[in-house]
Amino acid sequence: MSGNRAAARRKQDVFRWVTIGVCLLFFALPLYGMLEFTTRGPGGTRSAQTWATLLDFGKVSAEYPALKEGFLASVGLAVLTVLIMLVLLVPTMTWVRLRLPGLSRTVEFLCLLPLTVPAIVLVVGLTPVYAWVTYLLGESTLWLSLAYVILVLPYAYRSLDAGLRAIDVKTLAEASRSLGAGWGTVMMRVILPNLRTAVLSASFLSVALVLGEFTIANLFSRKNLQVAMYELGKSDAQISIAVGLAALVFGFLVLFAMSFVGGPRSATAAAPRLRRTRKESP
Amino acid sequence: MVPFFAYTTVFLLIPTLVVVIGAFLSGGRPTLGNVRALTEPAVISATQHSVVLSAVTAVGGAVIGAVLAYAVSTARVDGVLRRFVASLCGVLAQFGGVALAFAFLASFGATGFLTTWLAKVGVDTGPGLWLYEWDKGLMLVYLYFQIPLMLIVFLPAVEGLRPQWREATETLGGSTWVYWRRVAAPILFPSFVGATLLLFTNAFSAYATAAALVSQGSPLLPLAIGNTLTSEVILGQENIGKAMALEMVVVVAVAMTLYAVLDRRSSKWLAP
Repeated sequence: MSGNRAAARRKQDVFRWVTIGVCLLFFALPLYGMLEFTTRGPGGTRSAQTWATLLDFGKVSAEYPALKEGFLASVGLAVLTVLIMLVLLVPTMTWVRLRLPGLSRTVEFLCLLPLTVPAIVLVVGLTPVYAWVTYLLGESTLWLSLAYVILVLPYAYRSLDAGLRAIDVKTLAEASRSLGAGWGTVMMRVILPNLRTAVLSASFLSVALVLGEFTIANLFSRKNLQVAMYELGKSDAQISIAVGLAALVFGFLVLFAMSFVGGPRSATAAAPRLRRTRKESP
Repeated sequence: MVPFFAYTTVFLLIPTLVVVIGAFLSGGRPTLGNVRALTEPAVISATQHSVVLSAVTAVGGAVIGAVLAYAVSTARVDGVLRRFVASLCGVLAQFGGVALAFAFLASFGATGFLTTWLAKVGVDTGPGLWLYEWDKGLMLVYLYFQIPLMLIVFLPAVEGLRPQWREATETLGGSTWVYWRRVAAPILFPSFVGATLLLFTNAFSAYATAAALVSQGSPLLPLAIGNTLTSEVILGQENIGKAMALEMVVVVAVAMTLYAVLDRRSSKWLAP
């Protein structure tokens, strides 16, 4: 019996390594392709020229103004999107829990609705709305964040909802109210600190989504990081691919580091957390 | 409260209504002409391509991703391997769009390293144009983000399989095959189908990757919609775009509703 078990385990080990090995190979090939392409020198030699350029910020902004412009726009968009998302969602969801539980289904529906509206469809519908936005607020790329908030709504909602579920909002709010706190204090000093992890994960998801957004920016002819990369890809593909690879490696390192931050609890918490991060339409 | 509803009305409900109502308008008058235009050969073939591409990559990605998820689930829970694969897939599932298209061009394109390498060994892959075709290259490219997404969605379900169930099967004299056939498969089935639907909508609504890779024609529905927005439109074309957008919403909504139903069903068994 124990011999059987050991054999079964060995078989499982082989199966695991073979499966993971094959899949990782498939994942690695295009990434290696990017690396190989960016290190191509003249006449079939290897050179680190592209990467040296990329690390030299002065040179990048001088030679590739579009890239710098797109990068700054994307960072600005990410910050603005996260801010609007938090200001919009946290008080609303808290308030619904405290006073208007009847509306919770409506809010949930509205927040999850963007999952069924692909970004490309949103663009079609937003065209007249953005005509007004441009008329009222001007042409700045930053106003794309107004549409991005809608894109991140489902993911942010799920994170924040799980966070709110884990704490007893009502008791916390009543306790602080009875100690004389105003609603502002309750939000800022009681609810928000308790939602730290949820706010962090909602923000992280939003940033990742905004940095990777192409559809809306491209079709509204605004320049964010992805659009800049796309346009640069036509003239100087090497630098453009290098930026893409760098962004990917950066994202992986952040996620990998975060998987350790969870600590010993992560074994049990991993499942629900992963479930929430499930979807993004590239 | 009020800001939230005002905001979602302006940036979510109004756009949705614009699409829904616009699909039935032409020059300010109600009409079914836009919807009828959906039966034009070009639109029908775009729809077909989109559906086939999404379905094939969803099923393929789901099967491969599920096997990968099971392989990962047999590794140690807190081990580096699992964290590594999970984080990698987390990034790759989001890795759509421009960078992904470039990555495949650099590997499989005419001067890509794999193409050159294969040519050296004597395998001729042709002029590298297959990469731009929706039923060859695009499928491969889509799989590249579908498999990781499947792992992320499906891993929790596989982890929900309790070792006790397997032990119980063995105690009752069942073989590994019986365990998979009678215990694990029925439990995982709703999650699997649900995840496949999610992958389907994911591929169906993807625009950026295809846009960056395909530069000529619009073989896919999202590209056709994008085209009606950017090209110099013939009068009335605009609302055909809205009709196509409505068609997409309907397809995605059906898939997502099914997904929600299945998700509720599967969480019954896999609740922690």
